[in-house]
Amino acid sequence: MKAGYRKAIVNTNAEIASNIFEIKLSYPKDENFQGQPGQFYMLKAWEALDPFLPRPLSISNIVGDTITFLYEVKGRGTQFISKLHPGHTLELLGPLGNGFDLNIEGNIAIISGGIGIAPMIYLMKSLNKKVDFYCGFRDEAYYIDEIKGYVDSVFVSTENGSLGHKGFITDIFTPEKYDVIFTCGPLAMMEKVWSMCKGKKVYMSMENRMACGIGACLGCTIKTRYGIKRVCKEGPVFSGEEVFFYD
Amino acid sequence: MIETKVNICEVEFKNPVIAASGTFGFGREYSEYFPLSRLGGISTKGLTLEKREGNEGIRIYETTGGLLNSIGLQNPGIEGFIREELPFLEKQDTVIIANVGGSTIEDYVKAVEKLNETSIDMIELNISCPNVKEGGMAFGIKAETAFEVVSQVRKACKKPLIVKLSPNAENIVNMAKSCVMAGADALSLVNTFSAMAIDIKSRKPVFDNIIAGLSGPCIKPIALRMVYEVSRAVDVPIVGIGGITNYKDAIEFIMAGAWAIQVGSGNFINPNISIEIIEGIEKFMLDEGIKNLEEIRGII
Ligand SMILES: Cc1cc2nc3c(=O)[nH]c(=O)nc-3n(C[C@H](O)[C@H](O)[C@H](O)COP(=O)(O)OP(=O)(O)OC[C@H]3O[C@@H](n4cnc5c(N)ncnc54)[C@H](O)[C@@H]3O)c2cc1C
Ligand SMILES: Cc1cc2nc3c(=O)[nH]c(=O)nc-3n(C[C@H](O)[C@H](O)[C@H](O)COP(=O)(O)O)c2cc1C
Ligand code: FES
Repeated sequence: MKAGYRKAIVNTNAEIASNIFEIKLSYPKDENFQGQPGQFYMLKAWEALDPFLPRPLSISNIVGDTITFLYEVKGRGTQFISKLHPGHTLELLGPLGNGFDLNIEGNIAIISGGIGIAPMIYLMKSLNKKVDFYCGFRDEAYYIDEIKGYVDSVFVSTENGSLGHKGFITDIFTPEKYDVIFTCGPLAMMEKVWSMCKGKKVYMSMENRMACGIGACLGCTIKTRYGIKRVCKEGPVFSGEEVFFYD
Repeated sequence: MIETKVNICEVEFKNPVIAASGTFGFGREYSEYFPLSRLGGISTKGLTLEKREGNEGIRIYETTGGLLNSIGLQNPGIEGFIREELPFLEKQDTVIIANVGGSTIEDYVKAVEKLNETSIDMIELNISCPNVKEGGMAFGIKAETAFEVVSQVRKACKKPLIVKLSPNAENIVNMAKSCVMAGADALSLVNTFSAMAIDIKSRKPVFDNIIAGLSGPCIKPIALRMVYEVSRAVDVPIVGIGGITNYKDAIEFIMAGAWAIQVGSGNFINPNISIEIIEGIEKFMLDEGIKNLEEIRGII
């Protein structure tokens, strides 16, 4: 049997860029977190029934007995989480979803937009292959130093030009060099990546509003080439050809 | 010793806690968290005669103390259910209730006829779906329309028949009486409340259908009042539903007159919530010296 929601303790919870937080958690007992890159957990930082639903966050890294999530404060739920101090507890359910396919060959590029960078550290680490990393941000770049430890080349873009290329990350992405592409970020960005990479293998991590997170409520479905799929169960990682089909 | 068994229409439930339709799929996902045999019963995702893909656009939207949903009865159809889901459910040693939705009386009757030949224990008729033939009016709003559909289904149905009431009924007590007169063996209530939300930035409704269904703790006091009123007005067993997230909520519904209860949205915040509710009820019975839930059923 799988465990339900379990309490974890906050080790650190720091604002690493404006509105972007990195939280590290451990279980109270000597237990390790499970999970593959691309999988996610549902988090509750509240005991009462308001907010009502748990919030999905991708695994950002697992090192020893510690799990890291990287999150952007959007609304009430993430605001609650951002207010937690070391020693506070929260509850989490997971790992959930399918995760990235790690069994791949060829030249690899990772492309992230904004907070879509969250699952990519763990992915790079787990691939353990030569990878080029492209990350785009709106105004402020973050996590660049963490990434540098794992990859051969990092390409950065910011829309305001504060770091790297001024503009979109897809402006400087050179698809011809790669066979496999992993991407996470705004849907419009991922669609652009897909359109640049026709014929290549594109894996993308999708988001949708979730209630149960385990495949029961059918609240998080998307239409794909192969029928209706649950982002929390058959996803969140889908291949580009599944998601971008036009009839 | 305490006794948590409940007998509803000659069907024996181990305990009064049933998973509510649409919040529990066909049990598979939750079976990874606990043995489904611990539950009193399971009401399946709403089944329609033909397979349905469900609604487009946003399907769930959180609100204070609950959520709005517009899933749109995505389901594999009666035959898909019988072929792909029922064999799994049959093995779970819990009461299986097939929740049936539809748009026309003919569809309801045909769906029920197909289920007659299966091992399911009971049918729960969901009469809050839009009735296309009646010009968009829901069967669950007017007592006369409900009487018609329940009577027709009753004639065709060989299983014990629970009718699931909509809280959007014009008058919930008249609706309940009408369904019982038409042959309902039991009633379950409530389904979701008609509700809506607006995205003020885009100046558009959140849901493509504009109107969605509200559930969760925010509806509990109203659902409880409806169970109370209905249980005093009719003589059939009542299954209470609406915002139940702990054993205290469940006991309230039982005291208001419910024989059993269903847990819906609560499953989303904790997959083991039903087990915690069952254990909470048992502990409450021990602490309060209650041997059988009949002692407190409808004491208000
Ligand atoms: C599989 C998956 C992985 C994710 N991983 C990360 C991550 O690693 N880091 C990160 O910052 N964000 C991630 N997100 C997005 C994150 O879940 C939302 O930003 C967050 O739920 C917003 O909650 P809130 O209470 O702050 O905002 P509110 O707007 O107040 O939330 C209201 C409701 O809408 C839902 N919601 C709002 N925006 C989104 C969204 N973009 N995606 C899904 N649900 C949403 C919330 O879960 C909640 O139920 C992920 C989403 C999914 C589906
Ligand atoms: C996502 C979702 C899907 C639902 N689907 C159905 C359904 O298919 N058939 C049905 O009779 N009720 C359906 N319901 C209603 C529930 O069974 C229940 O009556 C309602 O949610 C109130 O209970 P709650 O407050 O405990 O959730 C659904 C509710 C939700 C939240
Ligand atoms: S969130 Fe419930 S099915 Fe995906």
